[in-house]
Amino acid sequence: MIKHQFFEKNAIFLLVGTLLTVAIGGIVEIVPLFTIETTVEHVQGMRPYTPLEMAGRDIYVREGCYLCHSQQIRALRDEVERYGHYSIAAESMYDHPFQWGSKRIGPDLARVGGKYSNDWQYAHLKNPQELVPESLMPHYAFLADTPLRLDDIERRMRTLRAVGVPYSDEDVAQAAADIAAQTNPAADTTDLLKRYPKAVGVAAQDGRPSEMDALVAYLQMLGTLVNFADTNTERLQQ
Amino acid sequence: MSGAALEHHLGPAPIYNDAVVKKFVIAAIFWAIVAFLVGVWIATELAWPAANLGLSWINFGRLRPVHTSAAIFAFGGSALFGTSFFVVQRTCRARLWGGEALANFVFWGYQFFIVMAALSYVMGFSQSKEYAEPEWHIDLWLTVVWVCYLLIFVGTLIKRQEPHIYVANWFYLAFIVTVAMLHIVNNLAMPISPYAAKSYSVYAGVQDALVQWWYGHNAVGFFLTAGFLGMMYYFIPKAAGRPVYSYRLSIVHFWTLIFLYIWAGPHHLHWTALPDWTQTLGMAFSIMLWMPSWGGMINGIMTLSGAWDKLRTDPGLRFSVTAVGFYGMSTFEGPVMSVRDVNALSHYTDWTIGHVHSGALGWVAFIVFGALYYLVPVLWHRQRLYSTKLVAWHYWIATLGIVLYIVSMWVAGIMQGLMWRAYDQYGFLQYSFVESVVAVHPFYVIRLLGGVFFLTGGLIMVYNFYRTITSPTTELPQAIPLVPVTSPAGALGVPGE
Repeated sequence: MIKHQFFEKNAIFLLVGTLLTVAIGGIVEIVPLFTIETTVEHVQGMRPYTPLEMAGRDIYVREGCYLCHSQQIRALRDEVERYGHYSIAAESMYDHPFQWGSKRIGPDLARVGGKYSNDWQYAHLKNPQELVPESLMPHYAFLADTPLRLDDIERRMRTLRAVGVPYSDEDVAQAAADIAAQTNPAADTTDLLKRYPKAVGVAAQDGRPSEMDALVAYLQMLGTLVNFADTNTERLQQ
Repeated sequence: MSGAALEHHLGPAPIYNDAVVKKFVIAAIFWAIVAFLVGVWIATELAWPAANLGLSWINFGRLRPVHTSAAIFAFGGSALFGTSFFVVQRTCRARLWGGEALANFVFWGYQFFIVMAALSYVMGFSQSKEYAEPEWHIDLWLTVVWVCYLLIFVGTLIKRQEPHIYVANWFYLAFIVTVAMLHIVNNLAMPISPYAAKSYSVYAGVQDALVQWWYGHNAVGFFLTAGFLGMMYYFIPKAAGRPVYSYRLSIVHFWTLIFLYIWAGPHHLHWTALPDWTQTLGMAFSIMLWMPSWGGMINGIMTLSGAWDKLRTDPGLRFSVTAVGFYGMSTFEGPVMSVRDVNALSHYTDWTIGHVHSGALGWVAFIVFGALYYLVPVLWHRQRLYSTKLVAWHYWIATLGIVLYIVSMWVAGIMQGLMWRAYDQYGFLQYSFVESVVAVHPFYVIRLLGGVFFLTGGLIMVYNFYRTITSPTTELPQAIPLVPVTSPAGALGVPGE
């Protein structure tokens, strides 16, 4: 057995010994998640966010929504009955960073998309207590008054592409047109829906998208992409 | 032994850099009050949401990271920097490596990091990774400061005059090295432009979740545990005037703790889309972690063997020992909550919040208070604290605050967990979500009250320190020499002065 003096009398040995000891656990647990192919299931329907949803998601991150709302339905009977099919890894495969959360001061939002109307979402974000008097949620009316920043959308998409989100050149080039189409109910959305199926349109005031428009578009698609009637549990084995 | 005889024996006593320690002590006290105050404010927002005032920058979502960062990094961090610089100099009998300028750079650089991080949250910049919210440019700055900290610490260890590296320094070193590793790996991100604060994590989804909780749990394990264990291994023996209970136990404690802790992250992700094998590993190692944790607790508490009477006369030591008690309780509760079936109930509820605060208030803050009550008279060359009675008041008010806090959160958390999974006689879910929100309201008010108590205790401490430093009643009598008496230090025995 080596004498402990080996470490106790040499600062560099102690440092290197410590570093090696603490490195092992992380390597064993984390590296296989990148190498084992079944970690992220292969399912139909997953697609990158539309430019508007992506912008809305960035606002969700900025405002710290994840501190009160999880986006991860656990594989437990009551959760599946309350919120819908349990979340699978594939559903957050384009989430940089993930938004699973750790606390439910409010309910889970993993499948909130389509549960309420657009009008409900707008009214609720502006004054949650008007619709749910017992709610603890802060007011987000200021999002409706803040114009959505459009000048760096392409840059954001290119950065996401650099970290692994499969946006095509066409997707990036069409970003402004896609946002216009998704925020104008009268617009032709054929091209948008071809590249981003199930995207939900919102109605921007005076044709000028606000941050709230983007956030609502994001909320309305959450958890709607994968068609679980189309898959089976065997396919979801990790 | 007289000072002259010792000088002959060990050479002249080195002059320590205590100026930087003093700065960190003042910063720790200042940030403690800020952290408690913001905590009280966001607890008010949860009890009465009108307290959000409709202002974007003080909404709960933006202020919560201010609270956690102020508590962990500003208060806890400043206390760790300050005490580690104090301890490493005394136990190595060497002045800080790198000179005045480098130490001051680490102080001001770290304070700058804290202010930048807090401002960025309220202005709406966040990576949304818990306890790692600062954006990439602030992360880079922290990395620079941290590397300088590591250099100072290791440099001082290398030029030490003592044959052994004292056990407190092992823990401080593990804290510095591991936090560097965690910080760099978890914060890898691609900025959208070199001139923009916004970035995207290089990891996505399930991998990002595990990297984050590998980081997050070890922010607890190494920032909030290993570092403060270093504090325990110096200040409890000093205040008790007794050597560490067991040298062998401290070796076992150290290596098993750092080896096992790093595996525990996946217990934050039970029943999620994380593969089962990873969850099982995380759970198994979390339970094993109970053993080194309690080994450390026993080593800390048993150090008082033969000196238990000091708990009556030294309320500062009472803080330190109670801290170790809370450490034992939290490190028992943690493994219990990491069991998958317990976690099914506790996760996403306020039980977790209660658990975190029994660690953060009971362990981290109390061990710091104990160290500060020891340090302030020493650093400012005062004969004693202004009032030990006020220390006792602080102790009891803060303890009552913790009890109100954690008990209300236990009740609220278990109630939420049970309500969410309750079924009625027809097999339908019995409660809507919002019914669980209404049910916990009284406990949110009690929690707020607990926070107010804890803050009040902190303010009493600030007043006591102010009077200690300024009051003529605490001045040293002229007859006692200002040069501290030196005694041999080592891995064994009472750490040296």
